[in-house]
This record gives sequence, C-alpha cells and structure tokens, in this order.
Amino acid sequence: MRSPDLLRHAWAVASKDLRVEFRSRTAILAAAVFVVLVLVVFKFGHDETAVSNSDLAPSILWVTFTFAAILALNRAFQLELENQALDGLLLAPIARGSIYLGKLVANLIFVATIELLGVPLVALFFNVPVLPFLGPLAAIIALATVGFVAVGTLFSAMTTRTRYAELLLPVLVLPFMIPPLSWAVLATVRLLAARPLSEIVGWLNMLAVYDVVFVALALMLFPATVNE
Amino acid sequence: MRMLRVGQWVTAIALLLLAGVYVRALAYTPVEATQGLAQKIFYIHVPAAIWAEAAMILVGLASIFFLFLKDPRLDRFAAASAEAGTVFAAIVLTTGPIWGKPIWGTWWTWDARLTFTLFLFLLYVGYLLLRSAVADPAMRARFSAVLGICGMVEVPFIHFSVYMFPTLHPMPIVLKPSAPSLPGSMLATWLFSVGVFTLLYVGFVVQRYALSYLGEQLEAAGESGEGHA
Amino acid sequence: MLLAERLRHRFGAVTALDDVSFTVQPGQTLAVFGPNGAGKTTLLKVLAGLIHPQGGRAHIDGGRRAIGWIGHQPQLYAQLTVLENLRFWASLYDVPLPPDLLSRLGLAEHAGRSVRSLSRGLVQRVAIARALVHDPAVLLLDEPFTGLDRTAAEAFSRLLAQHAAAGRASVLVTHNVEEGTGLATEVAFMRAGRFVQLAPRGARGPAQVAEDYRNAIA
Repeated sequence: MRSPDLLRHAWAVASKDLRVEFRSRTAILAAAVFVVLVLVVFKFGHDETAVSNSDLAPSILWVTFTFAAILALNRAFQLELENQALDGLLLAPIARGSIYLGKLVANLIFVATIELLGVPLVALFFNVPVLPFLGPLAAIIALATVGFVAVGTLFSAMTTRTRYAELLLPVLVLPFMIPPLSWAVLATVRLLAARPLSEIVGWLNMLAVYDVVFVALALMLFPATVNE
Repeated sequence: MRMLRVGQWVTAIALLLLAGVYVRALAYTPVEATQGLAQKIFYIHVPAAIWAEAAMILVGLASIFFLFLKDPRLDRFAAASAEAGTVFAAIVLTTGPIWGKPIWGTWWTWDARLTFTLFLFLLYVGYLLLRSAVADPAMRARFSAVLGICGMVEVPFIHFSVYMFPTLHPMPIVLKPSAPSLPGSMLATWLFSVGVFTLLYVGFVVQRYALSYLGEQLEAAGESGEGHA
Repeated sequence: MLLAERLRHRFGAVTALDDVSFTVQPGQTLAVFGPNGAGKTTLLKVLAGLIHPQGGRAHIDGGRRAIGWIGHQPQLYAQLTVLENLRFWASLYDVPLPPDLLSRLGLAEHAGRSVRSLSRGLVQRVAIARALVHDPAVLLLDEPFTGLDRTAAEAFSRLLAQHAAAGRASVLVTHNVEEGTGLATEVAFMRAGRFVQLAPRGARGPAQVAEDYRNAIA
C-alpha cells in the first residue's frame, strides 16, 4: 500500500477516534481531574524544606502523563469492541498499519492534551520555571510519550480480546514504559535544575532510538494481533 | 513419554551438578579479598542472570520464527523457555538481596541493574499471564509471539540502561569487552556453574515442552467427538 | 466471481469448515442454512478474508473493495451521527458518499441524529447503508434478519432483490429458513462444517425448502 493512502486512512481512523472521544468526553475528563487531584494532594503533602520543588515536579508531571496514557490505551480498542466495528475496519481495503497508526495518533493527541494541561499547572502550583526550558522539555515529553504509547497501542489490540483486559494491559505495558519513563524523568530533573543541555542530549538520543525501534516493531507486529 | 523422561534426567543431573557447584564454590575456591564469603553467591547469581536474559532472547527468536512458519512447536518452545526464564529471574532476585544485605547493608535498592532484573521478571510474568488469558490456542500463540518479540527487543535497552546509571552494583568482570579479570580457580568455578545452569535450562525447557505437548494431546482426545462449530 | 475451494479450518479441536467448495456468479444469491455452530459465520469470514483458512482457498473478484458485509452487529459508532458514520466508512473505501444513498433507504431525515438515538430498525438500515456505501459487487450477510420486525424484514428483502437484479452476488447465512428462501437462487444446507446439500432453489418455496432442510439435517 502506498504511503499517501496509508497516512490518509490512518488520519481517517484517528479523527474518527478523536471525534468519538470528544462526544463522550469520559476519559479526557477523568484524566484532567486526576491531574488536578495529584497536584493538590502533592501540594498539601509537600514539605518545601525537605524536598525541593524542582525535584518533585518532574515526578508529578510524569505520574499524571502515565495515567492519562493508560486511560487512552484502555479506551483505544475498547471503542472498537463496544461498537463491534473492528471487523469493519479489517474488511475495509486499508492496510492494517493504517489502523495502528490511526490509533497511535489518536492516543498521542489524547495524552498531549493532558500534557498541555499538566505542564502549566505544575509550573504554577510548584513555582517551577518552565518557560526558559520549553523547547527541550517539549522534546523530552514528546519523545517519551511516543515511546510508551507506541507499545501500549500494540498491546491494547491484544488485551481487548482477553478476559481481564483492563487489568492485563497495565501489567503487560509496565516493563516497556519504565525505560522511556525513567530516562524522561531523569532528563526532566536535570533540565529543570538548569543543567547544561549537553547532559540531556544523551537521554534524548536514547528516547529517539527507543521510539524509532518500537514504532517500527509495532507496525510490523500489529497485523499479527488482528489477523486470524 | 520419552521426551519428558529425557528432560527429567537432564534436570536431575543438572541439580546434582549444581550441588557440585556449591561444594566447589564453598570448599575449593579461594575466598574473595574485599567481599569475603558473601561473594560466593556470584557463582549462582551471575549464571542465573545470564540465563534469565538468554531465555528471553530465545523466546523472542522462537516467536519470530513462529510468526513466519506458524509451527506450533516453536510456540511450545517459547512458552517453555519463558517459564524457565521466570525461574532464573526469580533466582537472581532472591540471591541478589542475600548478597546485598551483608555487602550493601540493605535487602533491596532501586539500583539500575536490580530494577531492570525486576522488570525482566515482570516481562516474563506478563508473558505467562497473557498466555493464561487467551483461550483459543491459535490466538494465544500469535499474541505470545508478539509479546515475546517485544520482550526480546526490550532486553538490550534494559542492558544498556545499566551503563547509563550510576550504580552500587558491581560492574561486570567476566562478560565485558576486555578479557575477564577473574583469577584462574574462580574463573573455573564460574565457568562450571555457567555450564550447570545451561544444563538446567535445557532440562527445564525439555520437560516443560514435553508437558505442553502431552497436555495438548489430552485436550484433543477429550474434545474430539464432542462437537463441531 | 466468488470462489470457495476445499476450505478447511479448525479452532483447536473443533472443525469449523470441512472441505467446502462452491462458486457464486453475478446475479446469484446463495443461501446457506444451518444450525448454530455449523460453521456459517466462519465460512463468511473466510470468504471476506477476515480469517485465513488452514486449508483450501477463497477468492472474490475485486478483493476487499468489492465486498459489503451485513451482520447482526451494525459496526457503527454509537456516539457519531448517521452522516458521520457513513462519511467515515466511505473514506476508508476512498469513495465519495453517494448522494442518493440516504434517500434510497429512507434515512434522509435522520442524517444528523446520533446512532445511539435510533431505533433498532433504523440502525439496521444505517448498517445496510454502510455496507452499500462503496457499491460492492458482493454482499455477505450474516443472520441479517435478526431483530428485524416484519416491515423492516420486507424492506430489507426488497433491497437485496434490487441488489441481485443489478447483477451483484450475495451469500446469505441464517438458521431461519423461512426468511432466507425467498431471496435465494441457490440453497445449501450446512452441518458440522460441511455442505450436506447444495442445489439451485428451482421452484421450491419456503415450506418445501424447510422440509428438505429438516430431512437433510435431522
């Protein structure tokens, strides 16, 4: 299948997913509420003399982003199952890869929405200077998010068809989230502590490599999860 | 069944030899200068760690071949290797703290290498959970293959991460680019132990494979004549 | 136009398809009758390319682009409107939405309503519209009369007749012999993965076919 078709169909799937989510709004609201909740809880429990803001903030950011990702992932193929539409997607003359890419893009946009909400809120609540580092921070966040959503999207295609779908997905995905997540947290900590960029580039490279490898792998393996 | 027998014999011999490793390690190998007696766990811990990772790579390779060839034997082997790998990872995670307590003063630390062995263990557990959650054998085999390949690709990332983090964990002294820096008799014990663990791996996998195969035969015998779809 | 050649498929120890072969030409409608668990849905899925048969092969001229599927699952997104659903499916087939599709099925006034708010009969009509949006040469129908009331079932039958008259082919599977017979040009009885009988309908009416079915299957 030619690339323009692949991308066009992927975008059709993605915009359909986003439109459905926008209509029901359950997952996005749950994620947004969680962000605010976490911020408030940590703010109250935070002893500023013991732990500095810039040490705590990255962890908070990443906890909320990870939760948003899991919500998105649970929902992604669940949507097809609920509407029993997966067969329809598989019947259409589109490449299997389009379905995967479409779901991936929809999930990424979902998580990105939460990230756009979370970063300013954390900066505000915890007085962490974010604006001077916005570029590299965006890069870290983008790369890490692609990393764990890529694998998660692949796995959610499998888990929706199993018995304990919502329990199984986080268990399967956890070991795959930890490398990009830990690199992202470490990089974020250093970035917000105003350390030189040269210290962070290494982690950005690792994240980029991880992303390329796992998106490619997921594209190759996705057909095996839906074909019989 | 013959294969099961063979597997049981191999495992039995391996366990006997494992006892031999203990004897050799405790009685015939010099005590290490800085760490003392606790260092001896290295002869169990490291070979187990090698096989915990190697088993995952074998699961991955079998999975790749399975997706191309669709041979159920490859799926059986992958499942067997995963179970063996789980056992070895568990050995690493238990022997590690046993060493860690006297040396580091703590049972556990979120040190990079320990953490990642924990995640290797979680990879295995996830693989086994996925297998148990899918009823249809063809779907189970396909899904496991997908997860197995992802797990195998994940292992190098886990490995490389170890070199990126500052760590309390001892750096590799045998499996590193330059020559092993272990003195003669210790190296011999270590190599012996690696051999024993290899045998143990083979014994476990052969047994588990045979049990899978027997299980499938039993199911087929039970279900045939009961209905069609 | 549609060819099934020695299809074989098993799920574990259960045989779903056991050496099934047949062809369907343009204008023909093959009705496959069989009890639940006979392998009818599996047969359709293999024809559609959703399942790769373990033995034999299935071929439809034009591939997936030429296939329309109507089952008892509507494959529509409840939260989206009728129009949004149809536009989405049309985009996957790279065709524009046919302007008369909605009016042909009496859906024009419901175009802006969400699928969730529609009655069962209307949902089925939208599902049919979805299947026809790309003007498929072959229709695969899996128990399509399930849950339809009399009026809706008649309207649906008329639609299928039009489809056949336009030179298209259909394969219809159902356990309800009465409803399926009227549309069929060829009739097959299926049990335990095998076709126990495959013959043109000829002049047989529903009662006669039902009788033959009972004799063949019982």
